[in-house]
Amino acid sequence: MASLLAVLIGAMVAAASYLLLSRNVVRFLFGFVLLGNAINLAILTVGRYRGPQPPLVPDGAAVPTAAVANALPQALILTAIVIGFGILAFSVVLIYRAYEELGTINSDEMQVAEPAGVPGGPR
Amino acid sequence: MKPELLLVAPLVIAFATGIATFLARRRPRLAGALSVGGAALLLAAALALLAQVVAAGPIATQAANWPAPFGITFVADLLSAIMVATTGVMALVIAVYALAEIPRPLESAGFHTFYQILIGGVCGAFLTGDLFNLYVWFEVNLMASFALLVLGGSREQLDGGIKYVAINLVATAMFLVAVAVLYGLTGTLNMADLHQSVGRVGDVGLLTVVACLFLLGFGIKSAVFPLFFWLPASYHTPPVTVSALFAALLTKVGVYALIRVFTLIFTRDVAFTHTVLLVVAGLTMVTGVLGAVAQMQVRRLLAFHIISQIGYMIMGLALMTPLALAGAIYFMLHNILAKANLFLISGVMRRTAGSFDLGEIGGLWKANPALALLFAVAAFSLAGMPPLSGFWGKLLLIKAGLDAESYAIAAVALTVGLLTLYSMVKIWNEGFWKPHPAGDGGVVTLAAALPGGRVWLLMAPIVVLAGLTVAMGLFAGPVVRVMLTAADQLLNSDAYVAAVFGSGR
Amino acid sequence: MTAPNQGTRPTSLILSAATRLIAGLMLMFSVFMLLRGHNAPGGGFVGGLIAVTAFALYAKSRGTEEARRTLGLPPEVIAVAGLGCALGAGLVGPLLGRPFLTGQWLVIGGDGHGGGFAISNIVLFDIGVYLVVVGAVLTVLFALEEEV
Repeated sequence: MASLLAVLIGAMVAAASYLLLSRNVVRFLFGFVLLGNAINLAILTVGRYRGPQPPLVPDGAAVPTAAVANALPQALILTAIVIGFGILAFSVVLIYRAYEELGTINSDEMQVAEPAGVPGGPR
Repeated sequence: MKPELLLVAPLVIAFATGIATFLARRRPRLAGALSVGGAALLLAAALALLAQVVAAGPIATQAANWPAPFGITFVADLLSAIMVATTGVMALVIAVYALAEIPRPLESAGFHTFYQILIGGVCGAFLTGDLFNLYVWFEVNLMASFALLVLGGSREQLDGGIKYVAINLVATAMFLVAVAVLYGLTGTLNMADLHQSVGRVGDVGLLTVVACLFLLGFGIKSAVFPLFFWLPASYHTPPVTVSALFAALLTKVGVYALIRVFTLIFTRDVAFTHTVLLVVAGLTMVTGVLGAVAQMQVRRLLAFHIISQIGYMIMGLALMTPLALAGAIYFMLHNILAKANLFLISGVMRRTAGSFDLGEIGGLWKANPALALLFAVAAFSLAGMPPLSGFWGKLLLIKAGLDAESYAIAAVALTVGLLTLYSMVKIWNEGFWKPHPAGDGGVVTLAAALPGGRVWLLMAPIVVLAGLTVAMGLFAGPVVRVMLTAADQLLNSDAYVAAVFGSGR
Repeated sequence: MTAPNQGTRPTSLILSAATRLIAGLMLMFSVFMLLRGHNAPGGGFVGGLIAVTAFALYAKSRGTEEARRTLGLPPEVIAVAGLGCALGAGLVGPLLGRPFLTGQWLVIGGDGHGGGFAISNIVLFDIGVYLVVVGAVLTVLFALEEEV
């Protein structure tokens, strides 16, 4: 299971890297989402994936009765998903606003803050 | 009040103030007053924490009373306490400056709320004793700083904002994957626990890879060579208040994180990791200052200087001697005060002389000698002129470099200091000394630029920060002694570990 | 397809009829999940997301204007109120001399060996999370829906 996940994570990171290198900032954002998911899977894998049994103690017992999943990686992943979602929502709005104001989603054409050839910059 | 509560007090104060300013957002004057009041309270709590740590050594508390390493640990050694106290000072003075500088629409849009959340996030990053929590606090900072950076939504801001966001997203991804692999290696993320369990890791090579991933993640955050491009792309675009706040605190959180993990956790292959750090430090100093020398726009010039001075701090960390670490902490403190002050002064320069561009301004010495004097204090401190604080910081670091027989880095540090002086003199000559291109009428008095008696809101923070810079230079002896204690606590982590595991059991 | 705020929004009879039934059920289910999270899988986060889904459906079928009116409070106020709840729940510990966020229990009735109705600040914290999730996600959702 772990090696399968490792191959999957590797493939996802490769695809994400390809997208992250794009000059199109929307594709960049997709790359970031994919990378985030790959990392979440990586957290699950390094936490020693042990099946889907929830880590709960049944009524009347003092310890879990069967082999249960490691709860910590899941808590970390949940946190990372929440944060990733928040950042994604913000970034989508930011890119949309930038597209409205700058008229482009190509990062090479975004040169308002640092105009080429003018070390002094605007103002 | 129990001393442990001091550890969460800064966070609670900052977030409660954030909520209060949100509720008062329709009344900007009230929200601003609340923000200043909250920052003052935070400063008081931070100073109490500092006094406690100075008197009794590192303290820790376990949130929700789950014992370490299972729960969420908050811990403060001397470095953390110094950083939180500095954050308190900066939070207060910049909040005062904001009252006069931030336009009303931005205040209504939630400026004060994001400001307080950012302050709370920075304090959280300094106080947490858990790597995953550090990640969470980094994200809190990131979200708040995104919002502050693009609040107002001008074209420059959105352009700079996209680059800032994009590169910082990659940084958080690197940080998270590093956390994941480290957890896989050790089974814990509590930093004190990691300090003990990395010793048991068999695969030192993999550990070094993780260390490099952390270096990559934190390196982007702290804008070291070659990962700094987001900083000069974005720091000159938002209101001056926001530039000053970012310059003071954001990159320093990255440096703090680097110091923390490379003294507490990744100390097994120092010969490799800290050599990488040393090379990075030298290149960061040089590229930053060369970038600055070419600039004609005050804020862009200052932004490049942030990078160059990050190099000095990393140099102290890379040398890993008590003197070098003390120098790094002293330099960080000095840099926060002086650099934020220069940004605040640049705001006043623009208001009175009309522009950030050095080619279009001048005559400020004649029109406003007080401002010129305050600029001189901050700028020449930054350049390392005795007896101001920058001199002592550089002296400590260069002395440490010579002691460690790293002559190359010491030479680089000296040369970069000279170039820093050059670019500060450039601002002085262009902005203050030469006549204004539009003649004497080009410079208006501050009172005319900012009617309504709010001038002191702009000037008081500058005066306070300049005073602190002078004091840090004049009382360098006692200050350095505190820094040496902090460095000792970093190099000898027993007290830190004992504090984390001692309480709550 | 036209934007919902332009008035000529295409409405699907199936969607609006189904939403009327489903949205209310989902809101009830979200509260159930919130309370169930106390001792079993569930909790404020997932409950909040379910509630958000209900409002998202409502906004899709009737427009954000109507959804905002039904919500009553601006979503950002809900989020901040939730943050306040969570912060307040955390402060119960320090008030009683325990660390921040420590769980404190108040048992109403019972004989001290079990029974009775136990209530704790953890529920308050969870309600805070619920409100933060509902408020924050709806803020973004409404903003995007109205913008694009």
